Amino acid sequence: MRRVSLSVNGDQHELELEPRELLVYVLRERLGLTGATVGCDTSSCGSCTVLLDGESVKSCTVLGVQADGHRITTIEGLAENGALHPLQESFRTHHALQCGYCTPGMVMAAVSLLAENPRPSEAEIRHALEGNLCRCTGYQNIVRAIEAVA
Amino acid sequence: MMVAPIELEIGEAIGAPVERKEDHKLLVGQAQWVDNMRVPGMAYMAVVRSPYAHARITRVDVAPALAHADVVAAYSAADLQEEWAGSLPCAWLPTEDTKAPPHLPLAADKARYVGDGVAVVVASSRAAAEDAAELVEVEYEPLPAIVDPEAALAEGAPLVHDELGTNRCYTWRLDAGEVDALFDEAEVIVRGRFRQNRLIPTAIEPRAVLVQPLPANGEFTMWSTTQVPHIARVTLSGVLGIPEAKLRVIAPDVGGGFGSKLNVYAEEALALGLARRLGRAIKWTEGRSEGYLATIHGRDQWQEIELAANADGKISAVRARVVAAMGAYLQLVTPGIPLLGAWLYAGAYDVQGYSFECTGVFTHTTPTDAYRGAGRPEATYAIERAVDALAAKLGKDPVEVRRLNFIREFPNAIAAGLTIDSGDYDAGLDLALGTAGYKELRTEQAERRAKGDPKRLGIGLSTYVEMCGLAPSKILGAIRYSAGGWDTATIRCLPTGTVQVLTGVSPHGQGHETTWSQIAADLLGYDVDEIEVLHGDTAVVPLGMDTYGSRSLAVGGVALYFAAERIVAKARLIAAHKLGVEPSQVDYVRGRFTGPEDSIALKDIALAAWTAHDLPDGVEPGLEASFVYDPPNFSWPSGAHLAVVEVDTETGNVEVLRYIAVDDVGTVVNPLIVDGQIHGGIAQGIAQALFEEAVYDDDGNLLTGNMVSYLVPSAPDLPSYELDRTETPSPTNPLGVKGVGETGAIASPAAVINAVCDALAADGVTDIQMPATPERVWRALEEAKR
Ligand code: FES
Ligand code: FES
Repeated sequence: MRRVSLSVNGDQHELELEPRELLVYVLRERLGLTGATVGCDTSSCGSCTVLLDGESVKSCTVLGVQADGHRITTIEGLAENGALHPLQESFRTHHALQCGYCTPGMVMAAVSLLAENPRPSEAEIRHALEGNLCRCTGYQNIVRAIEAVA
Repeated sequence: MMVAPIELEIGEAIGAPVERKEDHKLLVGQAQWVDNMRVPGMAYMAVVRSPYAHARITRVDVAPALAHADVVAAYSAADLQEEWAGSLPCAWLPTEDTKAPPHLPLAADKARYVGDGVAVVVASSRAAAEDAAELVEVEYEPLPAIVDPEAALAEGAPLVHDELGTNRCYTWRLDAGEVDALFDEAEVIVRGRFRQNRLIPTAIEPRAVLVQPLPANGEFTMWSTTQVPHIARVTLSGVLGIPEAKLRVIAPDVGGGFGSKLNVYAEEALALGLARRLGRAIKWTEGRSEGYLATIHGRDQWQEIELAANADGKISAVRARVVAAMGAYLQLVTPGIPLLGAWLYAGAYDVQGYSFECTGVFTHTTPTDAYRGAGRPEATYAIERAVDALAAKLGKDPVEVRRLNFIREFPNAIAAGLTIDSGDYDAGLDLALGTAGYKELRTEQAERRAKGDPKRLGIGLSTYVEMCGLAPSKILGAIRYSAGGWDTATIRCLPTGTVQVLTGVSPHGQGHETTWSQIAADLLGYDVDEIEVLHGDTAVVPLGMDTYGSRSLAVGGVALYFAAERIVAKARLIAAHKLGVEPSQVDYVRGRFTGPEDSIALKDIALAAWTAHDLPDGVEPGLEASFVYDPPNFSWPSGAHLAVVEVDTETGNVEVLRYIAVDDVGTVVNPLIVDGQIHGGIAQGIAQALFEEAVYDDDGNLLTGNMVSYLVPSAPDLPSYELDRTETPSPTNPLGVKGVGETGAIASPAAVINAVCDALAADGVTDIQMPATPERVWRALEEAKR
C-alpha cells in the first residue's frame, strides 16, 4: 500500500493504494466517479480517457500511484457551475452520442485536442480521435460536434 | 368500458429533430451502467474458461482456488449440476429435426470452443476472483477441432456433439415457382460464391450482470447489460426453476448491443444460481478479451447464389444456398439468424422463381447469433454482388440492370412468399445517383484508367430492400420461433399534467425516450418534456418483447399510437360529460376537446379522471390505457447506397472517398436519431467490408481475440456519409413507420465491395473476399495477372 494524494475535479483525496491499482479503478471504485468507463483490456478503446494535468490520458494505462500529486479532471468535473462545457453542449446538439458509453472518453479527448490545437481540420480531428472507439455513431457527428466548437 | 378508438392526426412533434432527452446524464457521467452498481454483501464472479477448442475434461479441482484468502466459493460444472432446471435457451429451432444439444452454463464432460466455461469462482473482489480463477486446476485431453462450417459437414470431420453423429444442425428450404424450368430457359446464368466473414459485435460496453437475491422471499433482482430483459426473465426462470413472478430483470443504461446483448448468457444463469446458492449478491463484468470469446459472434457463412436471366438482363429466378456456422452451441436465436435473410435473396427485384436453402452447422467456435442486420446483410450482399456480376457479364451499367428488374408495384407479393408493404426504388436510386454525380464519376474513372493512374476509382451500388419490425406472431409461429412478435405500450396521464409512457421495448442507445416522448406529445398535445418514458424493468413494464430486428418503433411505437387512441376515446367520454353534450359532438385535436360551444383540455380531463368526483356512468377513474400491438406484416425499408472508393493497385489499400446513402424508412419521427442510426450502421458495414474478421486457426484458437488484433475502425478509417431519404409510409401501421436500426449495416458491405471490384474490373478482378484488406486486394490483383 502506498499513500497517494490526488486532486480530482478540484477535490483533494488522500488514498492508500495498492501499487497495481489502475487509475480508472481508483476513480470508479474508490472515488465513485463512474463517468470514465472501461471498454477494453488492451488500452485500445479510449472510453477511460481523463485529463491528467490538462492532457488526455487513458486512465487504464496509468497506475493510481503514478498520478500522485497530479491534477485529474474527469467528465464529472467538466461542467462549471452546472453549465455544460461547450463540447458537452455540442455533442448533444449534434447527436454525437447514442449509447453514451464511449462519450466521456470522447469528450475528454476532444477537450485535450482543442487545448492543443484550437482550429483543427476534419482530418486532424479524426486523427486525434484514433484511440477512441465508438461503435454507435460512425464518428461523423462526433467530428461535427468538435468542429462546431473549434 | 370498451370505447371505440378515434383515429389520431399526426402533427409536428413527429418529424422534428428534437435533441435527445437521454444525453444530459450521459454527457455528465451519470449513466447507470451495470458495472457501476454495487449492493451490500456483493461478491464477484469469475469464470474459468477452456483454452482448447475441443477437449475432454478429465479433472477439475477447485481446491487451490478455495485456499485463496478472498475466495468465497468455487465450483466445477458437476458441483452446480442441480442448480439447472433446463438448458440455456434457444428460442428458434427452425425445423422439426433441428438438433439442439444440451447447453448448460458450465461444460462438464467436454469443452467445445475456446472460452467454454468449465468452472466458476466467487471472491470478495473482482481482482481476487480473477486471480483465483487461474488457480483452478483443470485437466484436458485435447481433441481435434473443426472451425469451417463447410469442412465440418465433411465425412469424418471431428464432431462437436458426439451424440448427434453429425455436425449438421438443420437444413431449411424455401421453394417457390418453377425454379428449375426458369433456369433451363435462361439465356444467361451467373453464379457467385461468397464468404460472410465472422464478425465480433463489440458493443463498447462489455457485458455485466448483478444479481441481488432476497432469500426470505425467494426473489431475485437481476441487473443485466441486456437488450432483452423480458425475454431474459421468461427464459432464465426456466433455466433456474425460479418462478417467473419472483424474478425481476432490469436493463439500466446499456452501452450498445447490435445483437450481442440480444441473448441469454451462461453468466446470467451462473450469477442467479450462485446468488441463490450463496444467499448473497453476485456480480460479474466481462473483460474485453474474455468477451471476444464468450459473447456471440455474427455471420460466418458460405453463400452460393445463381441468377437466371434473359439476354437483356431481366432476372427470372434466383437460387441461393447457404452454409451457416452455428458455433459450438445454440444460443437464443442462433439457428434462425441466417433465415432472417431467407426471403431476401432476390433483393429489390421482381422474379418468378425463388429457392433458398440453408444448412446450419456446428463448429468448435464461439456461438454465432444476431449481429446488426442478422441474415439481411448476408442476403443483400449475395444478390447485390450477383446483380453486378450479371451487369458485367452483359457489358451493361449496373444501374441499368437494376432498373430493369426493380419491383414497382406495391404492396408486392414477392415470389419468396411475403408481401412488401411500400416503396419507390427508382426514386431512391435517382437521388443517390444525382447526389453522387454518377456520370461525372464514371468519366473520372475512365480518365484515371486511360492515363494509367495506379489509384483506380470504383463506384459501387447497393439497392436493397429489407424486412424488419419483427414480427407478426402468426408468421413467427409458422417458422417455428417460440415466442410472439407483439409489443406493449401504456400511457398514464397523471393528475398534475405530466404523462408516463411505459414501453415493452428496451433501448440501448437508440434514443427511445426521446422518440416515444415525441409521439406521445404529438398525439396527446403535451410538451415533449412533460412525457416520461419508462422501460427495461420487468417490475415497471411487465410485458414486452424488447429491442432487436429494427422492431422498436414499428411495433412498440405503433402500440403507443394505439394506446393514445384509447386515452383519447376515454377522455372524450369525460369531456362530453363535462361539456354537457354527446361524445359524438366533441372533436379532438391534439390535447383539446371541442364541443359546439366550449372546449376542455386533455390535461384537465386527466385531473377530473383522477378526482373522479363527476365521471359519466360506467367510466372508471383514472386516465390510463394500454395496448398490445401485433403487427400484421413485417416492415420493408429500402434504399440506394453508393460507395466511391479509391484502390491503390500498388499497396492494395482501399479508401472510401464518399459514401452516399438514400434510405426509405417510412415516416421519420426524429431525423437526428434516424440519421445517427444510419451512420452507425454504415460504419459497421464498411467495417465488415474492409476491416473486421474473427479468425480462427485450425486448432480453433481465436487469433483476433482482443481489440488490438480485431480491427474495429476508428474515426480516421471512415468517411463522412452523405445522407438523403425518400419516404413511402408503410400502409401497415397508422404511423407509417418502418425501422432504421439495421439498414446501414445491411446495405453497405455490398456497396463497398461492388465499388472495390468495379475499381479493379479492368484489371481482371471479379471478386474479393471480405474484408478486402490490402493483402487480399493485392493478391487478387496478382492472381488476375496470371
Ligand atoms: S479501457 Fe482504457 S483504453 Fe479501453
Ligand atoms: S455512443 Fe455508443 S459507443 Fe459511442
